[in-house]
Amino acid sequence: MKNKMLAVPYLVWMAVFTIIPLAIVFYFAFTDTVTGEATFRNIVLLGQYGSILFKSAWLALVSSLLCLIIGYPVAYYIAGCSPRKQRFLYMLVMLPMCMSFLLRTLAWVALLEDTGIINRFIITLGLRPLPLIRNDGAVILGMVYNFLPYMILPLYSVIMKIDPRLIEAAQDLGCNSRQVFGKVVLPLSLPGMISGVTMVFVPAVSTFYISQKLGSSGTALIGDVIESQFKTAYNPNLGAAMSLGLMAVVFTCIALMNRFSGDDGESMVTV
Amino acid sequence: MSKHLIDLVGVRKTFDGEDALKNINLYIRDGEFLTLLGPSGCGKTTTLRLIAGFILPTEGKILIDGQDVSNVPPYKRRVNTVFQKYALFPHLDVYDNIAFGLRIAKLSEDEIDARVNEMLEIVSLKGFENRRTTTLSGGQQQRVAIARALANRPGVLLLDEPLGALDLRLRKDMQNELKRIQQQLGITFIYVTHDQEEALTMSDTVVVMDRGHIQQIGTPEDIYNEPKNAFVADFIGESNILDGVMRDDYLVEFFGRKFKCMDKGFGKNEPVDVVIRPEDIDIVPADAGHLSGTVTSVTFKGVHYDIIVDFKGFKWLIQTTDHQPEGAHIGIKLTPDDIHVMKKTEYSGMYGDYSSYSAEYDEINDPDAVIGEEDEALPQEERDEE
Amino acid sequence: MRRFNRIFTIIVLIFLYVPMIVLAVASFNSGNDIAVLKGFTLSRYSELFRDGVLLPLLGNSLIVAVLSSLSATLLGTMAALGIHAMGKQLRQLTLAVTNIPLTNPEIVTGVSLALLFAFIGQTLKINSILGFFTLLIAHVTFNLPYVILSVLPKLTQMDRDLRDAALDLGCTPIQAFFKVILYEIMPGVISGALMSFTMSLDDFVISYFVYGPNFITLPVEIYNYTKKPLHPKIYALFTLLFITILMVMVLMNLLQARDEKRTNQARRIFSAGRRRVTT
Repeated sequence: MKNKMLAVPYLVWMAVFTIIPLAIVFYFAFTDTVTGEATFRNIVLLGQYGSILFKSAWLALVSSLLCLIIGYPVAYYIAGCSPRKQRFLYMLVMLPMCMSFLLRTLAWVALLEDTGIINRFIITLGLRPLPLIRNDGAVILGMVYNFLPYMILPLYSVIMKIDPRLIEAAQDLGCNSRQVFGKVVLPLSLPGMISGVTMVFVPAVSTFYISQKLGSSGTALIGDVIESQFKTAYNPNLGAAMSLGLMAVVFTCIALMNRFSGDDGESMVTV
Repeated sequence: MSKHLIDLVGVRKTFDGEDALKNINLYIRDGEFLTLLGPSGCGKTTTLRLIAGFILPTEGKILIDGQDVSNVPPYKRRVNTVFQKYALFPHLDVYDNIAFGLRIAKLSEDEIDARVNEMLEIVSLKGFENRRTTTLSGGQQQRVAIARALANRPGVLLLDEPLGALDLRLRKDMQNELKRIQQQLGITFIYVTHDQEEALTMSDTVVVMDRGHIQQIGTPEDIYNEPKNAFVADFIGESNILDGVMRDDYLVEFFGRKFKCMDKGFGKNEPVDVVIRPEDIDIVPADAGHLSGTVTSVTFKGVHYDIIVDFKGFKWLIQTTDHQPEGAHIGIKLTPDDIHVMKKTEYSGMYGDYSSYSAEYDEINDPDAVIGEEDEALPQEERDEE
Repeated sequence: MRRFNRIFTIIVLIFLYVPMIVLAVASFNSGNDIAVLKGFTLSRYSELFRDGVLLPLLGNSLIVAVLSSLSATLLGTMAALGIHAMGKQLRQLTLAVTNIPLTNPEIVTGVSLALLFAFIGQTLKINSILGFFTLLIAHVTFNLPYVILSVLPKLTQMDRDLRDAALDLGCTPIQAFFKVILYEIMPGVISGALMSFTMSLDDFVISYFVYGPNFITLPVEIYNYTKKPLHPKIYALFTLLFITILMVMVLMNLLQARDEKRTNQARRIFSAGRRRVTT
């Protein structure tokens, strides 16, 4: 049928504004800033930033797992509510995603600062103020806070779709409620976990705002370094090489997770 | 009745390199009720969709009223379709569904109103005009689908297993209703089904199909009484199909015995298939019959018993109103009327032995149970019980 | 266990909302330090409305969000129809391309578009082409996949016979689309459009790399602001936006509830089988 042709404008758009830009990133990563000649120098330089890349991936991974641990009970609880309550809770989880994440992160600064709301409260109790900000813990908190809804929503929609007859069947075959959860519900919600972890990991590993505001001044993440290559240090070729490194990390992680779930990548996005 | 309304000439249809239909030649007379009957995947729905114009033939021609419409799109053909799952427009109410085609044809609102009311009358749905179609029962949705298709006054109404999703009782009622509507309006109906009983009850002409071929065309009586091959014999009703040899005109040999029969025109000593219908067989005392055997299973079926009798290792199905206990030794009598001789075909040897017969076996092979159908297709009552 | 989950969920929700409550409270605080409550005032709001910078920037954000979500909805719905008609291989390839902007880190998308625009600027010998159109293009690009992924399932769920039925009753293929198919996929089209709109309105990372000095959106400006001490009128703006979005969501929630009630009624009469979730 000729209906296929309706996708042509879209495909042209994607070619020009997604594929070609990525090709340009490749081109920049392998050329010299000054002479424009082909070079591997940027890729070699990338080695210096290996520890930063590793740290970003590590913090993002910890945040993703925390989101999973925190998000699962919430998603599970919401999926078990009456439809009316489900809709309401779903809305409550989604709403923060629509609000400026810059300002919400800034609110955390106000809460955690040495002279912030929490520490002022601690001081009025007569205790010593705590070092709540400018450390990795604060960065992880910021990531978990910002990206938790991206974990809860896919988990919720997967748990929601589990056929209640399967649970009845498991009970019928002699499972107690713990076994029903461990042997039926949890394995069936694996696609939701994978897609949730992906959806938290990708923005977390590449963030530059959270680390700027909540992290210690010495530890930049890969996102910060890329941003500075384009905005302050102006070395787009090195920035492009770093972007490639970041993409490599992201796609390796996604591929690993999809292999782990025995999936061909179709369920990458479920929301 | 004699004018050809639709002609299919040498029609072939391929999907992804696989033949769904191979060389179909068929004509449909004006005003007749013709049924395409066969198991799922036999090509009956493909044939219907070709006539409707939803798909185009790979080879061959389709004529409507003598005009070649092979490449004419569906909206320019004067045929209308009743879909298997009704395909009612969920965003429109009953009235607007029926009026849909008339509005497309830009009839005046007065005329549309008159036409819709007439249709509502025909399908007995007066008073349902403003109901949303999703709030109707299966049977009512079915009626709306029929009214919607008939409102355009098509030359031919195509029906694709329209009763498949209804429960047994409703199906019977709708069969009568459809037949009545067809006679009242005098429109040609082309009806697709896998239910042999439905086909025999309603049709003027039955076309039995399998594997993309037409196996037999005839009146319901012809098809039942004179099946052309083992496939038709097995698909229409129950049959015992045996290997035999035609010794002469009107004389066939099987189980080492010669029987008089009504068939002629075969070659001398030609191997043939012999069909004996289970309800035609007379049970007599063991020593008084043409053949004798042992009853191996008895199933009560309401009106009659299905009994399986072992004759020298070949198991026959016999339907009888007299109870025979399991293990009984009985004889059977066959009259020339009971014996139908058919030429050997690719289907020979595939059907007719009931050695693995059991009640469950019967259900597993139920032609109504289409593999792969979702539970949406379950009759409504069954679902309500769940 | 369920009780534990319930309490846990409440705690998590509090965690999610505490920072927003802090901002809302700050918008009524007469002191400038967000951490110290001085007294109640509405002056932040009057300052906001007299402000000549923030509101026009909000207007910019709205213009980009409206235009990009409308274009993405149109282009994406067409694409979904096209993808629906494709064979398996072509379809998988197209969906793989669709997944790129979704899985790629936003910063990479931003950087790659920035490089593309720089390249185009160079070839056309224009000093800087960054501005309204580059922002719009970037937003359409990251919105398209959301539209496609919300329309496509509606097309697959749709009874294939509906289109045939429309053709059968005399519709041309174009009439069939506008009189039947569009109604069926409408929920997907609307949710795709809404998702695009909110994504676009709140986007910072990609916009940050492709905006020009002549056309700045609110999130970008907030980022630039947060490098200096923040003026509390921004908290007032945040609070107003929060209330607006909350009201829109509650409204959608109610509409959905009404809709569901209707289909449930229908389901009771003629059961439609399994429960479905629409996200």
